[in-house]
Amino acid sequence: MTNEVILVDYGVGNLLSVARALEECDARVMITDDTTKIKQAERVVLPGVGAFGDCIAELRRRDLVEPILEFANTGRPMLGICVGMQVLMEIGEEFGEHEAFGLIPGRVQPIENTKADGSPHKIPHIGWTALELPEGRESWNGTILEDIESGQTCYFVHSYTANPTNTENMLAVSDYNGRRIMAAVQADNVYGTQFHPEKSGEVGLKVVTRFLEM
Amino acid sequence: MVNLRLIARLDVKAPNLIKGVHLEGLRKMGDPQQHAQSYYEAGIDEIIYMDVVASLYNRSSLHEIVQRTAEQVFIPITVGGGVRSLDDVETMLRSGADKVAINTAATAQPEMIGDVARRFGSQCMVLSIEAKRRPSGEGWLAFTDNGREHTGRDVVEWAKEAVDLGAGEILLTSIDQEGTRKGFDVELTKAVSQAVTVPVIASGGMGTVDHIIDVVKEGKADAVAMADVLHYKRQPFSEIRAGVVDAGIATRQS
Repeated sequence: MTNEVILVDYGVGNLLSVARALEECDARVMITDDTTKIKQAERVVLPGVGAFGDCIAELRRRDLVEPILEFANTGRPMLGICVGMQVLMEIGEEFGEHEAFGLIPGRVQPIENTKADGSPHKIPHIGWTALELPEGRESWNGTILEDIESGQTCYFVHSYTANPTNTENMLAVSDYNGRRIMAAVQADNVYGTQFHPEKSGEVGLKVVTRFLEM
Repeated sequence: MVNLRLIARLDVKAPNLIKGVHLEGLRKMGDPQQHAQSYYEAGIDEIIYMDVVASLYNRSSLHEIVQRTAEQVFIPITVGGGVRSLDDVETMLRSGADKVAINTAATAQPEMIGDVARRFGSQCMVLSIEAKRRPSGEGWLAFTDNGREHTGRDVVEWAKEAVDLGAGEILLTSIDQEGTRKGFDVELTKAVSQAVTVPVIASGGMGTVDHIIDVVKEGKADAVAMADVLHYKRQPFSEIRAGVVDAGIATRQS
């Protein structure tokens, strides 16, 4: 295993930080938008920041949607980060409705703009928030979160959250003033984290390391 | 309960980390990157780099320091000072910054706030406000260039306007308190935090853990920036975090 990772470059995101975190965990990183290389990759990481619609539009413009879907269907490990996670879902509702990869059934919707008690809270949700096991899931064994304990915190910055249709796609959840945030999703080999593992200190690097061992 | 963010603020006059009082009288404190690295290892939640001379001289060499820092520091980095165009924002983000803090350029051209938010996302558009209490004692005025130039804007009104334009966070520095170690301007922080829907970082005046507790409990700060207490090693960071947690304020668990 050479631990080679393709980091998809579509003109958005803090690629340097993601690349450095992967390298810190002994990956060999190739930053590219070459469709052939993506299809043949051992592992793919899809970053993303900014608006959902802009991200998916840029992926389309660069003809990257079909190669990434083809890669996902090989069963080899893939990780979407932040908006890179959100576009794994079917539909995003940020600035209109946008169709995305649809690898995981469900929608990306605004975080409710009040606390559970109805009082206002701050949006975006920015900061270090605990990862928790979703109801019905017993452990993170065998997933990228295997080395994380429920309650450990990771860094989030977002205004929208994924809402998978099926509970089996919910890998980790977080609580923001009583509102559920989808912290991580999974469909077989396809993983997504709403939090930024590359910005979550040692805890984040453990997630990256485990992804490289999948 | 949302976890309070504890942020190290490093004011830079390249190539040195510097520290002043009321944002003036700057003293050299060594290599900023080494300081950032040690704060990361001590468990700080975020880093803010602020180039304190960039907007005076129309230049910024901070991106090289940011780039070297981002190689080793795996937490969010915000960069401010001398960010005056979308190209500058892109340079900083490509250097490894996660957010940019903009003051002078935003007050000169408020539409830039929306431009940055649309192109890079509002999560990376931090509005930096330097606030000084009005001579009358009522309210605060927004300044630029480390408190040298005043913009004629009322701080609370400006914060609201900037959030409407797309600012995702506010870095609120009290010039009156900065470098004094006498505590944050709690009233200022509360006025801004309650006026906007985005997180507010209180900056300027941190001397003791009690100051953090005041500005969070009374001032409703979402995050606090500290400088002096870390740069002069007045108190170990682990003690600061423990003191905050003991006061019943949640922070991150690593």
